[in-house]
Amino acid sequence: MNKQMIKKITGNQLFIPLMALILLAVINLVNDPGFFKVTLGTNNAGNPVLSGYLITILDYGSELAILAIGMTLVTAASGGQDISVGATIAIAGSAMLRILCGGNSRPDTIQAPIIVAFLVACVVGMLCGAFNGILVAIFKIQPMIATLILFTAGRSIAAWINNNELPIVPDPKFAYFGGFIPGIPVPTTVFIVIICIIIMALILKYTNLGLYTQAVGINENSSRLNGINPTFIKFLTFVILGLCVAVAALIKVSRLSTINYSVIAKDIEMDAILAVALGGNALSGGKFNMWASILGAYVIQFLTTTLYKFNVQSDALAAYKAVVVILLVIFSAPTVREYIRRLAKQLPMSRREAA
Amino acid sequence: MKNTKEKTSIFNKMSDTNLLLTITVVIFFFMYIGAVLFQGGGFTKPQMFFNILNANASLIITACGMSIVMISGGIDISVGGVVALVSMCCAVYLDYHDGSIIGSVLIALGIGLAYGLVQGVLVAYFDIQPFIVSLAGMFFARGMTTIVNTAPFNVEDPEFNALKLTRINVPGLGTVNKKGIYVPAYVEIGVLVALLIVVILFLVLRYTRLGRSLYAVGGNKQSALMLGINVKRTKFLSHLICSILAGIGGYVYFLHVGSGAASHAMGMEMNAIASSIIGGTMLTGGVGNIIGTLFGVLSLSTIQNIVASAGLDQAWWTGITIAAMLCIFLLIQSIVMSQKKKALKI
Repeated sequence: MNKQMIKKITGNQLFIPLMALILLAVINLVNDPGFFKVTLGTNNAGNPVLSGYLITILDYGSELAILAIGMTLVTAASGGQDISVGATIAIAGSAMLRILCGGNSRPDTIQAPIIVAFLVACVVGMLCGAFNGILVAIFKIQPMIATLILFTAGRSIAAWINNNELPIVPDPKFAYFGGFIPGIPVPTTVFIVIICIIIMALILKYTNLGLYTQAVGINENSSRLNGINPTFIKFLTFVILGLCVAVAALIKVSRLSTINYSVIAKDIEMDAILAVALGGNALSGGKFNMWASILGAYVIQFLTTTLYKFNVQSDALAAYKAVVVILLVIFSAPTVREYIRRLAKQLPMSRREAA
Repeated sequence: MKNTKEKTSIFNKMSDTNLLLTITVVIFFFMYIGAVLFQGGGFTKPQMFFNILNANASLIITACGMSIVMISGGIDISVGGVVALVSMCCAVYLDYHDGSIIGSVLIALGIGLAYGLVQGVLVAYFDIQPFIVSLAGMFFARGMTTIVNTAPFNVEDPEFNALKLTRINVPGLGTVNKKGIYVPAYVEIGVLVALLIVVILFLVLRYTRLGRSLYAVGGNKQSALMLGINVKRTKFLSHLICSILAGIGGYVYFLHVGSGAASHAMGMEMNAIASSIIGGTMLTGGVGNIIGTLFGVLSLSTIQNIVASAGLDQAWWTGITIAAMLCIFLLIQSIVMSQKKKALKI
């Protein structure tokens, strides 16, 4: 009974990311007991804001969490990953700035309502997703390779949209999305993530998207024989990812009120894929657990913040991240888990023999 | 496309590998001849071609390694990072520790070997997805490069610089310049290394047991296992070869640029993957050819040169054209393969 429960807990997909989260939390707590302290202060504009490492993690992990939602679906349906999300963020963000600033790099007022710009960015993001989706679903090109096209071209296209200028949005309201709304001390990004998660939860609960995605990922042919259209499902997951990218682009661009084509959302595709893998989802497709992926995204951000706290240079960050990732992946590998399980079984036996 | 349609009769007899190779080679020659005819200028001189080789020797080597991994059904995106790490370590060793050339070559090979061993074991024996392993490998290499030395710097070592500037003249292909002096065409040492590796790998893939096992494992793991092929060892060896080649490619890159910097070879892994694909290697495994990869690299860099000399020098055009080219090649591959499948069924 007891053993079964342990097996049930360790077998759960949320186990690995949760353990990683707890481990990181303990390390931080030992290193600095004040790590989890959240203080209420005021920012430059005189508005109340919450600050503290925990808030930083929640704030800066939001783009990753939103991307993880879409990436999980794409991974599950097509058994491959979209490596163009960083570049697509640049494209969507650039389009958003182009609408807001109307082709003028230093406008006095915004040229269009923010909602219009956001909708345009959504359309652009979904178009990019549709492009990837068509290549993957209809032309049957492996997802990583199909998205390699936008990965190489994306930042160039983004620069081309704005004639390689770096427009600055003059309206302070635009900065609310990546910062704080006056009077509310919680970062706006947290609300955006919550909205996205609620929408996704509703979709998964009330539509067949989740079931169909898994069916296509597990066996494309048998799902087709069961009346599911695998081409459409794959295409749809890429479009959904495109939408997630547009939301992430809104946050990213809003944080700075401007854009830097070659740096914005750099390497975020790798982090998003890692989030999916950390959540225990098979990168070869099939069953998925959305919540584990989102948790994985925050684990990665937690790790990043922890490393910054230990005064690791931002360039050298990657090396430490790699070590942690490899350790995590090794421990979640099926062969290693099998070996540990066998070892755990042998241990009581040998003890009994010794007695 | 016209070319492939004319060949419909022999079309089905050709293996997938040869078919894709033919497409690549034909397109490359059309592109180069087109550039010579319509742009003239630099393209009429043989040295232009050798310059492409000089600048891309390291890419040829890493792309060959990438092809090997891709043929066996894996992927390795750590090669760019390894190249940067190798050039930084060698640069630091040569300048700050007064090292010798032999020592630096050994360092390059050592880094490649270490990477290959770790990644190969993780992928083959621990059954972890190669993408994740090499992703971590890339992060590690890029991070370590900055830990070894933050600031980029040029190597001052005289012995090394002599080696760097060594030029091997190609007989009979020089040109006479405006002053009437004969300028011989030349290649760097790296090009010879790259071509040697291409020949060796071509022979290995075609005539050795390892080469045939690579195709078998990439084509169908299950049936390869049933044929008595050691699938795990084959996978391990493919990653080992790729990383060692990344080490050698790193040294050739270092020899070409003569400096160490954390930003070296940024995105090289993607270029290597793109070259392999253009060369007809498929990511699903089991299909590919080293000669095709060589032409893939050449096509990729030729198009870059064409774009640059066509006056489209804004930075974004290079990215967009490479992507467009990749897109076209992928579509051709996809269409050709599905046509072939249809023909076989009928």
